[in-house]
Amino acid sequence: MSLGVIMLVHTGFDRAEQMVRHWAHAGCPVVVHVDSNVPVATYDAFSQSLADLVNVRFSARHRCEWGTWGLVAASQEAATLLLEDFPEVQHAFLASGTCLPLRPIAELQRYLDAHPDTDFIESATTADVPWTVGGLDRERFTLQFPFAWKKHRRLFDLFVKLQQALGYRRNIPDGIVPHMGSQWWCLTRQTLDAILRDPHRPTYDAYFRKVWIPDESYYQTLTRLHARIVESRSLTLAKFDYQGKPHIFFDDHAELLQRSKSFVARKIWHDAHLLYQTFPLPDDPLRADEEPNSGAVDRVFSQAVERRTLGRPGLYMQSRYPSSDRQTSIAAAPYAVLQGLDDVFPDFSAWLTRQTGAQVHGHLFAKDRAHFADESEVYRGGLSDNARLRDYNGKMFLTNLIWNGRDQHHCFQFGPADTQDIRWTLAKDTNASIWVVSGAWSIPLYDSGRSASEVRTEAARLQRIEDKFLRVLRSPDARARIKIMTLAQFIEAPMDVLQTIIDDIAGHRGNALKEVPKMPDLTGLPDFLQDLKNQGMHPFLTGDITVGNTQQTIPAVRRKPYVISGQ
Amino acid sequence: MTSYRLRWQRKRWRARALRKGRELKTVSDRTRHIGTDDVLLFCTFRNEDVRLPFFFDYYRKLGINHFLMIDNGSQDGGPDFARDQPDVSLWRTDAPYGDARYGVDWLTYLQGKYADGHWTLTVDVDEFFVYPFCDTRPIRALADWLDASDVRSFGAMLLDMYPKGPVGQTTYARGDDPFETASWFDPGNYVMTQNKLLKNLWIQGGPRARSFFATKPKQAPALNKIPFVKWRKPYAYVSSTHMMLPRGLNLVYDQQGGEKTSGVLLHAKFLNTFGARATEEAKRGEHYRKGQEYQSYAERYGADPDLWCQWSERYINWRQLEVLGLMSKGNWA
Repeated sequence: MSLGVIMLVHTGFDRAEQMVRHWAHAGCPVVVHVDSNVPVATYDAFSQSLADLVNVRFSARHRCEWGTWGLVAASQEAATLLLEDFPEVQHAFLASGTCLPLRPIAELQRYLDAHPDTDFIESATTADVPWTVGGLDRERFTLQFPFAWKKHRRLFDLFVKLQQALGYRRNIPDGIVPHMGSQWWCLTRQTLDAILRDPHRPTYDAYFRKVWIPDESYYQTLTRLHARIVESRSLTLAKFDYQGKPHIFFDDHAELLQRSKSFVARKIWHDAHLLYQTFPLPDDPLRADEEPNSGAVDRVFSQAVERRTLGRPGLYMQSRYPSSDRQTSIAAAPYAVLQGLDDVFPDFSAWLTRQTGAQVHGHLFAKDRAHFADESEVYRGGLSDNARLRDYNGKMFLTNLIWNGRDQHHCFQFGPADTQDIRWTLAKDTNASIWVVSGAWSIPLYDSGRSASEVRTEAARLQRIEDKFLRVLRSPDARARIKIMTLAQFIEAPMDVLQTIIDDIAGHRGNALKEVPKMPDLTGLPDFLQDLKNQGMHPFLTGDITVGNTQQTIPAVRRKPYVISGQ
Repeated sequence: MTSYRLRWQRKRWRARALRKGRELKTVSDRTRHIGTDDVLLFCTFRNEDVRLPFFFDYYRKLGINHFLMIDNGSQDGGPDFARDQPDVSLWRTDAPYGDARYGVDWLTYLQGKYADGHWTLTVDVDEFFVYPFCDTRPIRALADWLDASDVRSFGAMLLDMYPKGPVGQTTYARGDDPFETASWFDPGNYVMTQNKLLKNLWIQGGPRARSFFATKPKQAPALNKIPFVKWRKPYAYVSSTHMMLPRGLNLVYDQQGGEKTSGVLLHAKFLNTFGARATEEAKRGEHYRKGQEYQSYAERYGADPDLWCQWSERYINWRQLEVLGLMSKGNWA
């Protein structure tokens, strides 16, 4: 047998013993390094438990703290012993007590025999890898790190900043180019021997002693000096989360691990009894020559990282509560806010539903209650139509509505008679398309048959509220897609606007308008507005409405639609 | 300045817990069996004999190693049943629940004494902890993973479960799984705001807000909970398990857009035991805000509400809750 194992152990000694036995029984000599922080009694018991194995050695102990030189010193010590005591060893495999062989060790042996000159070590130049913790990639080789990252984070960060500010740089020894990668490698005897016996080793060691996390860069860099063939990947399947902490494998990962066809995986949960029973798998000549393929595992764990760092946009829940300045979209999906159109066309909602198939709500923020598309008391997700409950947190009423129904396009009517607290949320949401026909509130007032003197207070109030909303929409902070037109502009060419709205909501599914919404008779409107003016209340938001444009007939032919871009 | 004030507040509560701790009388003390890595459960109960058997079963299956229970003046067989369980330590007090900050003082006392360094679950008898992968991974796995990720506290929102039809018409027998009948919940009507002082999220909503508190939403019960904590002596719950001090423990949510790992406490409150309880507790006035919540129930429905609506969702498993966005796997895979 030509494979030897270096095993670093600091905890979980029962499992470590089990792992040593797996390797040793397969004929691989094992050199075990136990962290010097481990109490003597524990160490003695552990070494005693392995006393029956002839091809197991224990190397001199070093203190192994995360990210420190001790880990490199430990592996150097153990590697030296392995190469000296077991001359038959051709490949040395660095493992930990929580590394579990998945495939029969004989298969790994055969695999290495087929690649006698290859060093398997993940090794990339710092310029090319984004997976570093703390944002220090190149700088881990050029700064000093006297403070422990785990224990004295503030001092660590402060000292880094200080050196950056002063422009301090350490010199990298001649002849080496910093590389880094997973600390779990499998090197050939020749390469490992060359690294350990390199005449410049004292220089390199002195340098790496002060590099941050040297166990991820020492062998990764020096291998590049001596190797004949470098295969830059680890034979150990190890996944890391967004903070650089290793993912842990549990019993329910058994199938995933099996499919990965990796030789060794880490970290395995101490109590994952099923995994420890199942692996290493028994010999199977049919699969013996398969290459490792960790695609499925990669997907699962990169999804986890994505969920942790990006989350599901538009979802607000107990463990995702993005602060408002961290995001441009507020709701989970695009939706449309339509102001004034239902004043012009009394049957607008029903018509729009027929045209687009979208969920067209009435006035969701009406003062009396939320008018859902189906006019029900409770809507999807259990949303109540109660106005007080809605207004208690109007923003989340909206985000809940869109999240619950994100498989559909939602539209709702809005107007100056509604609760206005939601306006900034709408204006700032890149998922909102807001269409306003300003001054349209004058039509229901005109239709009511009441005289201008009776409705002037109400008209003034609605105009004031609408004007405020328009100011919000025109503010530089507004990020929604916004199209504002006066009533006069709208009734000049209503079909063009409607066609654009429908194309926007239904996308490519939108058809040419089959059917035209019914517009009420507006012949008396100019006189009504003039009466308002005579009362001293100027309806400036309606635009200039004259007898001529209220008598426009609706064209039957579809005109070529044009696109209105955002503001 | 604020953190200094909160520090004193925490110390006051710990001192108060020491005082209130004297109200507890030991019934059976098996705490010497607690191992160094054991996951502990703390719970106060009153007249819950009918619920206890399923409660113990459920949490033993999750992998709880030791139960530390406080019996607050029960008059049924519950205390005797609990006392005879081999993994239960039991204390008794007849002092008023309200005066001990709804039981928090007693729990803080026991936690300070026994929970230091342990992962600790604090729940009521009608709260059932669900976390990602709880059907395949024991609670110890969650604890170990949280340890490895340097996380000290774990959030689990309270999810009110209810039956289809009037609550009073269900039948719950001793030992039954309450979610056989109370298997429905509201999937998407929860609202939240941030508590600027203690940093926790204040979550409200669900069937209770919809049915009982629609006209006074501010009074709707809080649903945010932080039940699972790697306990340290100085820690203290502030109000039930809704929030804690030091306040860093309340940051169980991400503010950059990502999702932290979280679970749910399935709340088996709405069973036929509910009607009698609501009437009794409204009279007793020992609960939060003098049992206002219970008064609201009694007023509106004569304590026999039907909470079901056409958008109610039937509970299947944690994955369903994950997809709906009520909890998250976060970074755990």
